[in-house]
Amino acid sequence: MEQRQKGTLLRRAFVATLPVMAGYIVLGLGFGMILKAKGFSFIWAPVMSLFIYAGSMQYILLDLLGGGVPLLTVALTTLLVNARHLFYSISMVDAYRGAGAKKPYMIFALTDETYSLVCTGAPEGVDRHGYCFLVSLLDQLWWLLGSVLGAVLGTLLHFNTEGIDFALTALFVTVFVEQWRSMKDHVPALVGVGASLAALLLFGSEDFLIPAMAAITVLLSLGRMRRGEAAE
Amino acid sequence: MNSYILSCVAVCAAVTAALRFLPFLIFGGGKKTPAFIAYLGRVLPCAIIGMLVVFCLRNTDLSQLRGFLPALIGCVLTAALHLWRRNTLLSIAAGTVCYMLLVQLVF
Repeated sequence: MEQRQKGTLLRRAFVATLPVMAGYIVLGLGFGMILKAKGFSFIWAPVMSLFIYAGSMQYILLDLLGGGVPLLTVALTTLLVNARHLFYSISMVDAYRGAGAKKPYMIFALTDETYSLVCTGAPEGVDRHGYCFLVSLLDQLWWLLGSVLGAVLGTLLHFNTEGIDFALTALFVTVFVEQWRSMKDHVPALVGVGASLAALLLFGSEDFLIPAMAAITVLLSLGRMRRGEAAE
Repeated sequence: MNSYILSCVAVCAAVTAALRFLPFLIFGGGKKTPAFIAYLGRVLPCAIIGMLVVFCLRNTDLSQLRGFLPALIGCVLTAALHLWRRNTLLSIAAGTVCYMLLVQLVF
């Protein structure tokens, strides 16, 4: 019985991560290929994908390394590029409460895509923390697999993958639709889109995330004060 | 060279992990999550996913049709299909294949 439940859990987690698998293997391949093209040793692909595990930052790090920038620049760039992870963690503090020994890894592995899969919770009737843990683990496996394959195969690959990274955009769109259907209150979703668009127009595509996050936090906090947190 | 790369990777990994762990260390310690953080935990996901959709589309060029039509059609198809069938894999696969065909063959 125990064994069968584990099987179902793994199968459900696996199916949930399939879109991320498509996106991560392709983006990981791209990362591994650039790493090789820039002349770095193959070993850095698995090392970075295991210990940093933040897709866009790993791409940026390759540029920084090529430029031989000081460590402080690496630290500050990482801080700015990955500040959004603070946001993901804040919203999962309650949900990951009581996850036990799995918790440190679940926190470490909270990427954009993993967040989008775990923030909606587990499917009906499955162990929530076990499910989130397996989703986190499988996602990192796809990322690792892609980056290692890219570094090994390098430029041997010649199929036209232009546009396949749209899989991740499409993933976020489906999660957005799913949340829209399940929530009675559409204000948070509208605040998220509205504040991000406003910040994008004001600050441009490179610098809009942090102002957007600040605006979202302020607006949602004001909303809570005004409505007196009826949903407590 | 290798020790420089190793230091950079270590710094990058440490800062990333710190950002992910900090909220849990600050707010997750007590018996109960502070009410405000619990509130954010309920409303933030919807706002963040909206922000991520905008983030993914941030480099869309609105000045010409070929700059934004593929992404627009891809997103609308994904969302419409998802509202209709509620099958995540189907919505994502159809949206992505459609987008790829548009950017590779049409525009």
